[in-house]
Amino acid sequence: MTELAEYFEATIQRGDRVEPRDWMPDAYRKTLVRQIAQHAHSEIIGMQPEGAWISCAPSLRRKAILLAKVQDEAGHGLYLYSAAETLGTSRRELTDKLLAGKQKYSSIFNYPTPSYADVGTIGWLVDGAAICNQVPLCRTSFGPYGRAMIRICKEESFHQRQGYELLMTMMRGTDEQRAMVQESVNRFWWPALMMFGPPDDASPNTAQSMAWGIKRDTNDDLRQKFVDMSVPQAEALGVTLPDPDLKWNAERGSYDFGQPDWDEFWAVVKGDGPCNAERLEHRRKAHDDGAWVRGAAVAFARLEEEL
Amino acid sequence: MSEWPLYEVFVRSKRGLNHVHVGSLHAPDDKLALMHARDVYTRRNEGVSIWVVRADAITASSPDEKDPLFAPSGDKVYRHPTFYDIPEHVPHM
Repeated sequence: MTELAEYFEATIQRGDRVEPRDWMPDAYRKTLVRQIAQHAHSEIIGMQPEGAWISCAPSLRRKAILLAKVQDEAGHGLYLYSAAETLGTSRRELTDKLLAGKQKYSSIFNYPTPSYADVGTIGWLVDGAAICNQVPLCRTSFGPYGRAMIRICKEESFHQRQGYELLMTMMRGTDEQRAMVQESVNRFWWPALMMFGPPDDASPNTAQSMAWGIKRDTNDDLRQKFVDMSVPQAEALGVTLPDPDLKWNAERGSYDFGQPDWDEFWAVVKGDGPCNAERLEHRRKAHDDGAWVRGAAVAFARLEEEL
Repeated sequence: MSEWPLYEVFVRSKRGLNHVHVGSLHAPDDKLALMHARDVYTRRNEGVSIWVVRADAITASSPDEKDPLFAPSGDKVYRHPTFYDIPEHVPHM
């Protein structure tokens, strides 16, 4: 091992952070770029399923909240792209890869949002799962990534609470509204569990990522934690979770639960989800439609310089 | 040269934390600014990394503009988690 590699290893072993100017192995850098880019793309693509409801929100209050939330997702995407840029890549390069389908984003955003209750369910379950994933990432070994996660987690709390409050409001409404909430929870429960990634024995990158301190918990551990947190929340809300195997295990002090349909998971990852094509197409169009704005901003900056 | 240019100094106190502004100093060039910053601001292991930036390269908002600049976020209380009433008995929220 070279001296540089030893220094890197020692930093990781101490539980210390690696900073952008430090030497790091190529594979560490590559893994981080892939993970941070996928995370950033998820924030940006994640604006779509909820963004579709902004113009149909039932009150000015709900519209303002939803706008603020979708605006936050854009901000989160930018925090993450700039963290990735400290590794020597550029936002433009990452965007190109997303649009070319060469980099992925979280599969959860390939599911449709046909019901307004989905806005609430996404806040509660999808953002709840994201928080579960992201809180440990605040201690990830790469400094800029951890600092971006701290900022994101602070803002994410509003996202989860507005969703849960929206659902509570609907549950106090009519039978029809309660049915809407239950139907939405039924659709999102399993995809939310899939957000933690494949089971540990089918997740080849986990061991290396944990050895490097990039990941702090395994997929299955985080999934369990999410289930344990969500069950009492579902009870308080008055909805059921669509899993016949879900039951308290006193011995483990945790809930037992069924497995998501992993064939469906891999199909969605590989591009065959209900909305994969639509999400990318929308993003490409937004990128192309915005070309003149980017061009005009550069032209204006040049003009200012000349004056 | 009548006077050395002003540099702003930022120090990262330990790995994992942001660089934080600690003060400024005058130096004839970037390299000496870094050396001076080390001698002035980190004589007692206050940091593991230093950034120096020429003060005239920084674009800053002016104190007079504070109110109009930040006004748009003033009335958006719904951006805060405390805006939402969640009953006490709902855990982990």
